[in-house]
Amino acid sequence: MSKILVIGEISDGKLNSGTAKVVAAAAQIKGDITVALFGADVSAAAADAAKLDGVTKVLKIESAANANPLAAVYAPQIVELAAGYSHVLFPGTAFGKDTAPRVAARLGVQQVSDIMVAHSPTSFDRPTYAGNAIVTVEAPAAPAIVATVRLASFTAVGSSANAAIESASSSAALPSHTRFVKLEAQKSERPDLQAAARVVSGGRALGSSDAFKIIYSLADKMGAAVGASRAAVDSGYVPNDMQVGQTGKIIAPELYVAAGISGAIQHLAGIKDARTIVAINKDAEAPIFEVADFGLVADLFTAVPELEGKL
Amino acid sequence: MKALVSVKRVVDYNVRVQVKSDGSGVITEGVKHSMNPFDEIAMEEAVRLKEKGKLTEIVAITIGGAKNEETLRSALAFGADRAIHIKEEGDVQPLTAARAFAAALKKEGAQVFFAGKQAIDDDANQTGQMVAALLDIAQATFASKVELDGGKAVVTREVDAGLETLEVDLPAVITTDLRLNEPRYLKLPDIMKAKKKPIETVTFADLGVEKGAALTISKTSAPPKRSKGIMVKTVDELVSALKSKGLV
Repeated sequence: MSKILVIGEISDGKLNSGTAKVVAAAAQIKGDITVALFGADVSAAAADAAKLDGVTKVLKIESAANANPLAAVYAPQIVELAAGYSHVLFPGTAFGKDTAPRVAARLGVQQVSDIMVAHSPTSFDRPTYAGNAIVTVEAPAAPAIVATVRLASFTAVGSSANAAIESASSSAALPSHTRFVKLEAQKSERPDLQAAARVVSGGRALGSSDAFKIIYSLADKMGAAVGASRAAVDSGYVPNDMQVGQTGKIIAPELYVAAGISGAIQHLAGIKDARTIVAINKDAEAPIFEVADFGLVADLFTAVPELEGKL
Repeated sequence: MKALVSVKRVVDYNVRVQVKSDGSGVITEGVKHSMNPFDEIAMEEAVRLKEKGKLTEIVAITIGGAKNEETLRSALAFGADRAIHIKEEGDVQPLTAARAFAAALKKEGAQVFFAGKQAIDDDANQTGQMVAALLDIAQATFASKVELDGGKAVVTREVDAGLETLEVDLPAVITTDLRLNEPRYLKLPDIMKAKKKPIETVTFADLGVEKGAALTISKTSAPPKRSKGIMVKTVDELVSALKSKGLV
């Protein structure tokens, strides 16, 4: 039977919602699931991880050195911990993408990036070419399989379990070549983009950060998170953490509203798994209409406020 | 101070790739190829640092068949001083590439290894981190700002929560994200000049690297297609459509 080590992610002291999706991927592989949490004090996150259905054990690896998620510092500890596990799974987030290859290389294994489906303990589907070609890969089982999980492909497991929480320590030698300086986090009262059931996104057509107000306003009316196209982020209308697409966040909300977004391949790669896509764009030829469930050719500056008013 | 910059030849980002009907891969024959866009950003950053006097030499490096020389010529036109072509016709997966790059980095004594954060063909996002792991040196991935100062680099990174800043000792691996810079447009005189710059050809064996175990790709398939939906004419129609589906 597989023994699966899930590397949990902690955001702002809490368990990141992606961890429950990585556990869902682990459940698809089938096996005994342990969640490992690294940090200075991970007790709150550990309590949440212990509730995740299918998890049998939560390991806390707490130390001052682990206070910030530095790949170079976490990797040797994860490599040490990985002995005895058949799989080491990371979330397909900036944290997971940064750390997993460092672990895979130290273990001497090729990594499987962005698992969409686990057909067996060693066979997985993953996206290439911005999701336009899906490859089925077979990974050597030994010494271990290291992978990241494409969060948009999995539904979070429930939280009715009660797994054991244990503390573990590491004797791995830690490097001093990498030092955390600061994190400038965007504080928002809105739902988290990667976990939200509804998302409203704006594109280049907004034309300024001031004009983005109508997007925020519609999102607040709908209880939605706010996203943006690469063009809108590049133009400085909104911060980078709002980018949706191949190289930004890949999301799977119930409802996605794209306003003034033309629908470049790279953007579509981030929204393919949305249940329903609504597109509002002035240009009837915009590629976004090819994937939209509901398309409206209109000027967003009139249509978006009107939509808000009629909801 | 010397920098090594890896550049990969990929299907151009504007091409809508087609999966072969027999599931053996995607159609790459007769399709426009260019330098991986993230690697262009890596090249641009190295050149700007050299222009600022922070770097003295830029060496571009690639792995692949004969056609990859085009990609190296582009790198030389950007401003690389010379290039290394690791000749290999077969499939090279990230850990294998990383082993070769790590060996070259050591041999060259370069202080910075620049790479795009991912290649837009396999979308793996692994090679830079693996180079750093193999050499046990620092990594700063997804960079949106890079400052080199003596034996250190201060790098701002695009992470899910916002922007994170790290200070790393050199040598280090830096992988580049979209907003680090806007790569220059290559001018004809630079393209002409690049033709005279040296390209050294080496093999995996020369670098003492074995390819090792790989993932086996058993099948390539097209993603499920989203069916084209309905065009509504007014906001009222849109609202009633969303209401009827219970979405609002």
